[in-house]
Amino acid sequence: MQTSQGAQVSRVSRGRMRPQGRGRELVFWYLMRITGVALFVLALAHFSILHFIWDPAEQTAEFIANERWNQLFWRGFDWLLLMTVLFHGFVGMRTVINDYVRGSRSNSLALAVLYTFGLVLLVIGTQVILALPMPGAE
Amino acid sequence: MWAWAFHRISGVGIFAFIVLHVIDIYLVGGDPELYDEVLAFYASLPGRLLEVVLGAALLYHALNGLRIIIIDLWPRMTAYHRQLWWASWAIFIGVGVPGAVIIMRPVWLPLLRDLGLA
Repeated sequence: MQTSQGAQVSRVSRGRMRPQGRGRELVFWYLMRITGVALFVLALAHFSILHFIWDPAEQTAEFIANERWNQLFWRGFDWLLLMTVLFHGFVGMRTVINDYVRGSRSNSLALAVLYTFGLVLLVIGTQVILALPMPGAE
Repeated sequence: MWAWAFHRISGVGIFAFIVLHVIDIYLVGGDPELYDEVLAFYASLPGRLLEVVLGAALLYHALNGLRIIIIDLWPRMTAYHRQLWWASWAIFIGVGVPGAVIIMRPVWLPLLRDLGLA
């Protein structure tokens, strides 16, 4: 089945068809599914902890340093989530760009902007997790 | 095509929030006062309504993604694709509605208190 943009979508699952051959596209196809399963746990747990157990009204900068990130475990958990979500999100946006930005020059430009932006988020996200002091460390 | 369209729309929406969220968390180290102001918005009524929308997008994308993975990697599950589709919506409602009620508790809890019910 084809979408209006020509993407190959499975008639049954409505997911992307498994790419033919053994190239990079097949690797991305599998990695999207592996990171997807990881995010099912990591992202839903993160959302549940910060919306159902804690409330946004309590989450000041002080709370992040003293409570949420006062153990290496939760810093590691959130860093793993960051890496997984950036990979899944940016590879997903790559698929969206490839579907809608068809010209080869504009496509390359859009992807270059996307990857640069992804790298910036990876650096600033990692920086705050590593560098934020842990005053309440146990 | 609804499953595909919802998956794409929710994915792009979640992507936009992730960008915002990495930047706002960066402020915890860079500008804690500004971070606290951003979080005050998250805790406000419009902020909470947007969080309910975000949670719905996240839950739909997660459940539909899992459904796609099950069918793609286990072709025998194709026979049950209708059941999987309805099961994902049943979980969406069963988990999503209580979740939305919890996120909105600062709105309804004072009302219950005013009525002497809590």
